[in-house]
Amino acid sequence: MDEILDGISQIDCDILVIGGGTAGPMAALKAKKKNPEANVVLLDKANVKRSGAIAMGMDGLNNTIIPGHATPEQYTKEITIANDGIVDQAPIYRYAEGCYEIIQELDSFGIRFQKDQNGEYDVKKVHHIGTYVLPMPNGDTVKKALYRQLRKARINISNRYMATRLLKGEGRIAGAICVNTRNAEFLVVRAKAVIMCLGAAGRLGLPTSGYMYGTYENPTNTGEGYSMAYHAGADLANLECYQINPLIKDYNGPACAYVAGPMGGYTANAEGERFIECDYWSGQMMQEFYDELQSGKGPVYLKLNHLAEETVAEIERTLHIVERPTRGHFHKNRGTDYRKEMIEMHISEIGFCSGHSASGVFVDERARTSVAGLYAAGDMANVPHNYMLGAFTNGAFAGLDAADYIKDVDFAEFDQGEVEAERNRVMAPTKRDDGIPPNQIEFKTRRLVNDYLQPPKVTAKMETAQRRFAEVRDDMENAMYVQNAHELMRSLEASTIMDCAEMAASASLYRTESRWGLYHNRVEYEKDDENWFCHTLLKKGENGLPESRKQDVKPYIVEIDDDEKDAYSKQRVQPTEAAE
Amino acid sequence: MPLAQTSTTVPVVVDDDLCIADKGCTVCVDVCPLDVLRIKDMAEGPKSKTAFMQYDECWYCMPCEADCPTGAVTVNIPYLLK
Repeated sequence: MDEILDGISQIDCDILVIGGGTAGPMAALKAKKKNPEANVVLLDKANVKRSGAIAMGMDGLNNTIIPGHATPEQYTKEITIANDGIVDQAPIYRYAEGCYEIIQELDSFGIRFQKDQNGEYDVKKVHHIGTYVLPMPNGDTVKKALYRQLRKARINISNRYMATRLLKGEGRIAGAICVNTRNAEFLVVRAKAVIMCLGAAGRLGLPTSGYMYGTYENPTNTGEGYSMAYHAGADLANLECYQINPLIKDYNGPACAYVAGPMGGYTANAEGERFIECDYWSGQMMQEFYDELQSGKGPVYLKLNHLAEETVAEIERTLHIVERPTRGHFHKNRGTDYRKEMIEMHISEIGFCSGHSASGVFVDERARTSVAGLYAAGDMANVPHNYMLGAFTNGAFAGLDAADYIKDVDFAEFDQGEVEAERNRVMAPTKRDDGIPPNQIEFKTRRLVNDYLQPPKVTAKMETAQRRFAEVRDDMENAMYVQNAHELMRSLEASTIMDCAEMAASASLYRTESRWGLYHNRVEYEKDDENWFCHTLLKKGENGLPESRKQDVKPYIVEIDDDEKDAYSKQRVQPTEAAE
Repeated sequence: MPLAQTSTTVPVVVDDDLCIADKGCTVCVDVCPLDVLRIKDMAEGPKSKTAFMQYDECWYCMPCEADCPTGAVTVNIPYLLK
């Protein structure tokens, strides 16, 4: 295994789904169900059985809109306010209307959700306004249940293939160029529609531990979707709105307020006091978190040691078996116990992820990107605060729309020269006798991300980053060296990470205001609604470099009253309350 | 530019006595999202093959441990963040 072979083959399919984590399997299932004649291929760099952000499972649905608990209007309003108003509401509203059906479908797959004594969904309040959080104490079953459905529906699964570039022709999508991660053989997939579900850009910043794979996101998610969409000429929205999360320090997993909050746990400073009103992750909440870390009252902690034994035991059971089960090992090694002490927290490295923030490949309410026949869903598409249920629901929308789209189109002709050029680009590091290994290229890129792009954002630092990225890119393109197919995969990831780092710098420099709390805190600029109440769209310019433009926020479907607009900017607990 | 060999401890440990790679099992290798596990030949002992962690690129996520049919795999926290 890992020996480099020099081969290439080609297959045809109607719909190619890239990424078998969360959105991808649902997109494939929905497309196949709607159009059973369609040949649907689901491709993954890992193995669909255990791939993506939910490889081990998930401890809850953070954003359910269940009749009797919340309404689509209320949810759309909440997410609009939490994102400083810069959202197109149509995809959020459609999600809010459609997600209940998806919950019921997941339930029918055998994925269990918490129910009360009457058999009703046991929804909890974590957000500022509404009640949307549905715990999944048995959420470790998610991937297995999905995999069973994929087998039943006879979806063609191709594991250990990594897509490297999309193919276009006749102004629309034509397929993708892929490479096998274990022998470097190429696979050209011709497709009438392509659905990208490649997850977050999780290996962008470097965790403070210095361990390259100790990231918040599953480190397989290196942002290939952003990079491929960029090179295919698609628009990417609001990339300056980074993802930064409050995490258990060093372990770098969620604390997790959504599990512990409804049971009485909270985020506290070193004095054991609450300092934020609401533990729901938003840019302003992260700004308050950052301020507290920098203040004399830091560091920041997860506080559970005031709770009753049975409550702590229940929290522990969920946190230690479902989403990141090694958390129990971590606390045991450290000798830390929720009952006895508060657990130190920190902020994550930066990344792109609409699962928790709002940036990503620009899509409409049908999950269509700006390239005909190309769809995006899940953490990489720009529907804000997606979480797992958003990935499932928007993945479903993509699959349903693609099933119709392919009926009226044939394969687009593409230029064979593009395949040859991509082969040469990918294989270049295998043709050298020695050089710089991909892990060093990656480490240096990510260290520069931390040094110069991490908020608070400063113009001169970001411009320095651009100069240094150009130097590292030159090394990457002309001196990177790999010894086997596994390292070749890492070299392709290094290239993706570099693309995302450059896009992050470029997008952040373009928006000359501060917005979304810490996510885009440009210290030289105030928030500026007059000039910047808009999306920014980034695409690959004629000169091969990122180019940004403004785009209007579409008229709201659900109006926001003036006195509601600031609900998420008032996050800090006022001194009188804190003293109580 | 010559390359050095730098040592690193790896978080995933396999109990060779329990591992059934010699019977053709590759479950841990198959399920690892980061594809860092491999099967190697054993020069000595009763088993001809065993699984091991070849690349120190681990998210300590645990499918290898959870899905191993004989309980041979243990995921530890990587030293740098332990």
